Amino acid sequence: MQHLEFCHPPSGTKVILLEHPVVSDPYPQYWMSLVVKGALRYLFIVFHALIRHILRLLFVTLHKSGNNEFKDESIELLHRGDTFSGISSPKRGPNMSFFRSEEMVLCELFIQPEAAYSVVSDIGEHGIMQFRDLNGELNNFQRRFVSEVKMANEMERKLLYMEAELKKEGIRVAKLETQPSAPNSREIIALDAHLEKTEGELNEVSSSSVTLKSNFLELTELKHVLEKTQVLFAEQESSAGSTEARALIAEDQAAANISRARLSFVAGVIPRERIPGFETMLWRVSRGNVFLRHAEIEEALEDPRTGDEIKKNVFVVFFQGDQLKTRVKKICSGFKVSEYHCPETTEERVQMVTGVRTRLADLTMVLNQTKDLKLSLLTGIAKELQSWVIKVKKMKAVYHTMNMFNQDVSKKCLLGECWVPLADLQQVKEILTNRSESSGSSIPSFLNVISTKEVPPTFHRTNKFTNAFQVVIDAYGIATYREINPALFTIITFPFLFAVMFGDLGHGVIMTTFAAWMVIFEKRLGKDKSNNEIWNIFFGGRYLILLMGLFSMYTGLIYNDLFSKSINIFGSNWKADGYNESTLLKNALLQLDPADKNFYIQHPYPFGMDPAWQLAKANKIIFQNSFKMKLSIIIGVLHMIFGVSLSVGNHLYFKKASNIILEFVPQILFLVLMFFYMVVLMFIKWTMFDASKPLKYGTRCAPSVLITFINMVLFKENPHEKGCDPLMYPYQTHVNGKIQQDAEMELEVQASEAVNSDSEGENHEEEEEPMSEIFIHQAIHTIEYILSTVSHTASYLRLWALSLAHGQLSEVLWTMVFRIGLVMPGFVGCITIFAIFAVWATFTVAILVLMEGLSAFLHTLRLHWVEFMSKFYTGVGYAYHPFSFKRIFDEDSKEE
Amino acid sequence: MGAAAIPLIVVTLFWAVIGIVLPFVIPKGPNRGILQVVLVLTASCCWIFWLCCYLAQMNPLIGPKLSNHTLLLMAKNWGNGVEDL
Repeated sequence: MQHLEFCHPPSGTKVILLEHPVVSDPYPQYWMSLVVKGALRYLFIVFHALIRHILRLLFVTLHKSGNNEFKDESIELLHRGDTFSGISSPKRGPNMSFFRSEEMVLCELFIQPEAAYSVVSDIGEHGIMQFRDLNGELNNFQRRFVSEVKMANEMERKLLYMEAELKKEGIRVAKLETQPSAPNSREIIALDAHLEKTEGELNEVSSSSVTLKSNFLELTELKHVLEKTQVLFAEQESSAGSTEARALIAEDQAAANISRARLSFVAGVIPRERIPGFETMLWRVSRGNVFLRHAEIEEALEDPRTGDEIKKNVFVVFFQGDQLKTRVKKICSGFKVSEYHCPETTEERVQMVTGVRTRLADLTMVLNQTKDLKLSLLTGIAKELQSWVIKVKKMKAVYHTMNMFNQDVSKKCLLGECWVPLADLQQVKEILTNRSESSGSSIPSFLNVISTKEVPPTFHRTNKFTNAFQVVIDAYGIATYREINPALFTIITFPFLFAVMFGDLGHGVIMTTFAAWMVIFEKRLGKDKSNNEIWNIFFGGRYLILLMGLFSMYTGLIYNDLFSKSINIFGSNWKADGYNESTLLKNALLQLDPADKNFYIQHPYPFGMDPAWQLAKANKIIFQNSFKMKLSIIIGVLHMIFGVSLSVGNHLYFKKASNIILEFVPQILFLVLMFFYMVVLMFIKWTMFDASKPLKYGTRCAPSVLITFINMVLFKENPHEKGCDPLMYPYQTHVNGKIQQDAEMELEVQASEAVNSDSEGENHEEEEEPMSEIFIHQAIHTIEYILSTVSHTASYLRLWALSLAHGQLSEVLWTMVFRIGLVMPGFVGCITIFAIFAVWATFTVAILVLMEGLSAFLHTLRLHWVEFMSKFYTGVGYAYHPFSFKRIFDEDSKEE
Repeated sequence: MGAAAIPLIVVTLFWAVIGIVLPFVIPKGPNRGILQVVLVLTASCCWIFWLCCYLAQMNPLIGPKLSNHTLLLMAKNWGNGVEDL
């Protein structure tokens, strides 16, 4: 212990060395000093290495460390390629592809033009290559296969037209079970001809049906006009008086005719909404000298072209004189009414009506026949439409891809460039050889791997389980090529952190049930592509939600929270046996003393929070706050240490070993010495301080971990009460001082690592950054890291905050809503609780499960993206978009 | 220490089996690595969570403040009853 003396505390503070440590075992401070010793020794080595690096930089040219890993490993594997047995996982270890993104190679494809179409369509089926556009400078019309693309567009247009017709008639298109493959050239021509013929037929039927329908409309309107005007004329005649009537019956037809002939009229049909305007216009133009009568046509008429329903009225305009006639006719044409000639005498009208009726009957029959014909045509189309659409889409996609190829003049074959995952290379080769044989060309198509300095795309091979987690991580940023993939660890840490904030057994059960339903029936539920985005999000994340629910059930058990009630499985360890009746009667609230064996049986509840705390409305929150805050910091510091440790993997892989010493070690030492020390202090407080212990380690003297920590950083002495120890454990001051010094030294190391790592890094980029910029850059990084460590540690307190909020909301819902029903007695209570349960259940699901779930999800996401991933993740890669028919169809269905 | 031996041993052993023993037993397959990581992380997270809760209640500095009704019921149902009653 002698070397501890060289740590000089600031003058003015008294260092109290305990002669007789109260604690029987000296373990805490002994181990602490060992750790500190080790850290100091390591630092010496670091400075030594630093000096050596500087010397090397100045006098020796740096060798290029493995940056061509894109080339080396892949070429090596390629030469061993023919001995591979498996298709999809040649050399990589079992978890290689999810721990890091897959290895990609840049390949050159030489394809014979005859085989090109089938090769590309096969590749599209498998989705294993990402083609690069070699004809970027050309626009769409200058490319090679532009005529084929035009043909495909034409066919698509015809298919869209057919689809629209189908939708009009309300016929559903049959969904296909298996997707057809892309058609070859013969099939394309046949399909094109067939589509043209079908479209022609459909057009014919449609236009004839339109003509028929307009005829039908005219006749119907005429019929209505005749019928309605009959009524109107009958009224006219009756209102003209009995003299007129007698005149009609009498032989004096001429007189009657003359009196009526003075009034001419126009009859027709006008849309209902135009009547007021029409009337006003007539009134204005004729200065009140016309007489308009109109009547509604009760049945709605069908517009021949669109099929919409129109409501029309029959009108008759009476006027005198020819001038008015022309004016009225002009107004009629202006309002686009359909005029119908109405005969003046009743007999003619009756005749006409019968004639119209017969013609209508005939026309209806023809119309029905045409409709049946159209229907049968459309049903025939409906069966095949989906398959045609898919075929045309695939054809178009293949030609788009082939447009990206270059024409190799010398070899008369097509040249394409693409990124292929190394694991799929064998499969691609097989496709090439197969298709070359089947297309019967003499020269086979082949593949060449090119070495390149370009950064390949990042490809994570996921299955239906890991996909959700990868999506969550990719939303923040695509991983840099071959960097450690955080999604692997997110599988468990994400649901776990969610559950710490959501911990309720009841709500966890609800969530698990919902997710389990989605998972068990996933085949059926996944078949119909829904347009509802919210459902798609939930369904896509079903495994994530399942895990979140399961972990929530576990944390709910530990928090002992089931819809804000606790369950007593093992028997509470707090007892009320020590009280007698008089004490109970005199005091409304009593606090159990943990030091007394009558109240606390001196060892804790075996699994989770003791159920007695749920009953202690007054100070449950105080106790739980202390527990949950400490828990949050412990979990947070461990999560961050994990994150920093992952950076070692990246440094090792990218062969920047110096970064380990210069970046990782200072980072981890700072984090551990400061914040893991705080975690250790928490554990010390939990184990060493007890209500039943003598004063120095009892309740009154138990120090606040936070205050102790802050005082350590500020080099202040801990204020303490009389009789208490200023230190939490013996030799604390020495340890604190040591930690401070070490932490500061780490900062210096990290700041000065500028000299080494960046200069090595800059060399092979052939850029020269002045030393001062590198220093500033690194200093900023250092300050950023330190500040962010402090703020991120505090940020983890949201784990406490959200779980507190969740618990309180749940309690409010119980006491304010559910309990009302529970305390009501009798028959009324029976009905009340039935209704109140509905209210309580709705609020529980809507507020506590959905809203709080969403909130906790968001906070967990933030904790991962910012606090965890900022410690090791760069995320500057670009995604791998293979040419895959499946992906194209998924995207298209999403767009709809 | 206020810790009892049995819960400590049982729970630690349970998570140790899941986190340390089970990863070696998983059959070879494409997902072996992922399953190993999942098991280890689950076991460590759940064990630490339980441990923190256990340690926090082990040496309590304060006890629950209960109403006299609650105390009476506790004594009658969970304990030996109250004297003078």
